[in-house]
Amino acid sequence: MGAKQFGARVKRLEDPALLVGSGQYTDDIKLPGTLHAAFVRSPHAAATLRGIDVDAALALPGVRAVFTAKDLPPAMSKMRMPQLVPNAAMQTIRTQHCLVVDEICHVGQAVAVVLADSQYIAEDGVDRVQVDYDVRQAVNDVRDAVKPGSPLVHPDLGSNIVAASPMAYGDVDAAFANAKHVFTEHIWQHRGGGNALEARAILANYDLMNDMLTVWSATQVPHTTRRMIAELMGRNLDQIRVIAPDVGGGFGPKATMYCEDTVIAQIAMQLRRPIKWTEDRREHFLCATQERDQYWDVSIAVDDDGRIIGVRGHLLHDSGAYLPWGIIMPYIAATTMPGPYVIPAYRLDMTVVFTNKVPTTPVRGAGRPQAVFAMERLMDRVARELKLDPSEVRRRNFIQPEQMPYPVGLVFRDGKPLVYDSGDYPKCQEAALKLSRYQDFKPRQAEALEQGRYIGIGIANYVEGTGLGPFEGVTVRVLPNGKVRVITGATNQGQGTRTTLSQIVADAVGCSMEDIVMTLGDTAAIANGLGAFASRQAVNAGSSARIAGLEVRKQILRVAARSLGVPEEQIDLEDGWAISRSGNRQSISFGRLSFASQGMPGFSMEPGDSVGLEHTAFYMPPQAAYCSGTHVAEVEVDVGTGAVKVVNYVVAHDCGTVINPLIVDGQVQGGVAHGIGNALLEWMQYDENAQPITVTFADYLMPMATDVPDCVIEHVETPCPLNPIGAKGAGEGGTIPAAAAIIAAVENALSPFAVFFADTPLVPERIVSALTTANAYRRRHAQK
Amino acid sequence: MTVKQAIAVTVNGKQYQREVEPRLTLADFLRHEINLTGTHLGCEHGVCGACTILLNGLSTRSCLTFAVQAHGQEVTTIEGLAEPDGTLSPLQQAMAENHALQCGFCTPGMLITLTELLRDDPNPDDAKIRETLTGNLCRCTGYSGIVAAARQVAKGGRGIAGD
Repeated sequence: MGAKQFGARVKRLEDPALLVGSGQYTDDIKLPGTLHAAFVRSPHAAATLRGIDVDAALALPGVRAVFTAKDLPPAMSKMRMPQLVPNAAMQTIRTQHCLVVDEICHVGQAVAVVLADSQYIAEDGVDRVQVDYDVRQAVNDVRDAVKPGSPLVHPDLGSNIVAASPMAYGDVDAAFANAKHVFTEHIWQHRGGGNALEARAILANYDLMNDMLTVWSATQVPHTTRRMIAELMGRNLDQIRVIAPDVGGGFGPKATMYCEDTVIAQIAMQLRRPIKWTEDRREHFLCATQERDQYWDVSIAVDDDGRIIGVRGHLLHDSGAYLPWGIIMPYIAATTMPGPYVIPAYRLDMTVVFTNKVPTTPVRGAGRPQAVFAMERLMDRVARELKLDPSEVRRRNFIQPEQMPYPVGLVFRDGKPLVYDSGDYPKCQEAALKLSRYQDFKPRQAEALEQGRYIGIGIANYVEGTGLGPFEGVTVRVLPNGKVRVITGATNQGQGTRTTLSQIVADAVGCSMEDIVMTLGDTAAIANGLGAFASRQAVNAGSSARIAGLEVRKQILRVAARSLGVPEEQIDLEDGWAISRSGNRQSISFGRLSFASQGMPGFSMEPGDSVGLEHTAFYMPPQAAYCSGTHVAEVEVDVGTGAVKVVNYVVAHDCGTVINPLIVDGQVQGGVAHGIGNALLEWMQYDENAQPITVTFADYLMPMATDVPDCVIEHVETPCPLNPIGAKGAGEGGTIPAAAAIIAAVENALSPFAVFFADTPLVPERIVSALTTANAYRRRHAQK
Repeated sequence: MTVKQAIAVTVNGKQYQREVEPRLTLADFLRHEINLTGTHLGCEHGVCGACTILLNGLSTRSCLTFAVQAHGQEVTTIEGLAEPDGTLSPLQQAMAENHALQCGFCTPGMLITLTELLRDDPNPDDAKIRETLTGNLCRCTGYSGIVAAARQVAKGGRGIAGD
């Protein structure tokens, strides 16, 4: 099969262009005659639109048009955005209009759009659009939104409750009634953003000659975007082409359907001009979807040995103003909480509620970081109360590898029973403890304390449902010049999708990586696709690449055997050549074979031949794949300032078979950075009127190079038995348990003061405040 | 509309003459007037550092600089870092070897900032590399590969990556 690429530390194929500035991101694409768009956005979180006066804007030289809802086709202006994932528990599926018709439910909602010769003039035009608002009372805090008499986010719905439903198995009440120990935690996880460095961007062009509407979008999901545009515009699906060119990061919010995509596409058709919109960072803070924002009240029942008898509680999820992704974040959270532990009885009631904020949709982790945080905080509480080591409490409760496949007793978000396919949770924890020198930590901590330094260590475990379906497709086609074209609906926002799929295809077909030419994220190239979310592309597209590649390999061997006059078993495929193993090693190139596979004009094909060397596979996973892992964080806390420094960070994780360690290491390291942000820095804040107050990178703090240590990473591989390449998913595991491990470490560092934390982000002022309340400073002073 | 001003700016060794509005940022000048789109805009308020270029050899936010301020000055962008024959600079090569980029959007700013650092201090330690990088945000990589790339070039001095 030639040099084996699968599993090798292969340098990325994406890098050469990006390192010299020749990447093509949406805003880099130039079409002659382009008009630039800028949106007029609501400054109010709750209002009714009374009227819009666009005359002053239109009078500005260079402004070519201003669109409001009334200027869109009537059918489109009345429709609401598609609901991606309906769920029977939802009492409403409310999504937003393309442009505001009357109701305004969060700051930043698009009211009108100005089209001008330049971005600068378009923004001048926005300032001149006069909008008359009837301001209503907004509700900001989800805990207020559920109270009787709360202002209603959608007055016509009569309630702010989206869904209220339990996730349960076993007799949890009996478990708690008989328990020796019950401990309760009240937990809050802040709201944060994806904050890809490239914000959203769209360029749309209507080509009259071909009656084709082409949309370049900085999206994770071009096929879904195309479907939405077709539905809202009432246009034939295959006369819309959506292309995700180079995309500057995703992290979830770019997998959401946004009104701007359709509005820009529609205006390009109406004005017969290319239209470009590039979101600025402030708009991204106002309008790109966000996540976390959950309140948990959870209890754990354990016996004297710290063995779990039951877990129960309530989860309150802030949906924001609309439901583009339905209720999947609280759903995933509720099904992720049991994690790697044997929990005989479980009940989590979830309440999903509207507020006047931008909607929440998956952000790297998608409900899982909250669930892991809640569960791991409970485990640390048990350890503390029963005076056991945190690692020991976890060890006693692990599901054992011989129990695999392990049915948890719930139904996961894929609609299938939650059954862990594989994994070795004790092994992951052992590996992480060893790498972090956990056994020596206590003496190190005591020594540091003598020097007045507060260091601490924290552990967190997780199990993550990844690789969600329904499918992803890959076409492999040998071209007459010998190149191998690979086409997929999978996309790339930095994950190295091109590289990993090339590794798989090169091995399967028998060509070099350099001979592969790839088309990703272009709806014109493959009829169906999904894209990037739920750490799914390695599993779905990777499996399809293997299946399609092996099928093409068979076709190549068949034609080669005939051409070379030797049996298939005596032919090697190497670097794009079919080589006879016998005689004088006759060979023929893939290009020649591609030619031969087309037959000859007028002649019959050989029985059993397919036309061309080509196959398309759509791998459809039977259920989610469950990856897992253990993180151990070591921190040092400055008790004077409340500053936390993450000094060491260990990850032992199991994402199944590793396709490219270089890339998986990068995913883990980057994921941990995001988790450090969640734990200590990132906090999307709103005032009591639901007015966003952290709308720059100076106010909303992202992790910097000085905040993130080099992670120590070990891959514990238990291949997934469900798919042909054994992969699980690696994109989100770095983020999911990070906050849990870090907060535990901070608590451990501050154990002399007995202060405890159940919220993120744990910003310095909250540490200082907790220490002050605990009388820590006076005590320290007295000690001196 | 404001009266345009004639400017002449040398970018990557080549002089460009254009008439621009005084409010045009240097970033937009580079990206849209002379079509050097390798310089990226991540925040347009001077924090993320993706738009960093060298102005007369000093790292500068091109989103907070007006094009007219660059009149008569020399600018270096990511497009000007490789050798004229296309050979990547040692830092560019080290970035690829250490998986220092994922989506690539912050990469132009990272390259410029580190190019300046390694020019002025050929042997910085990790702490200095990280401190210098605090002006550049990366959401993808967690910085490890970026620091490793700089470390690799620093250790070997100039020209190491290809040796």
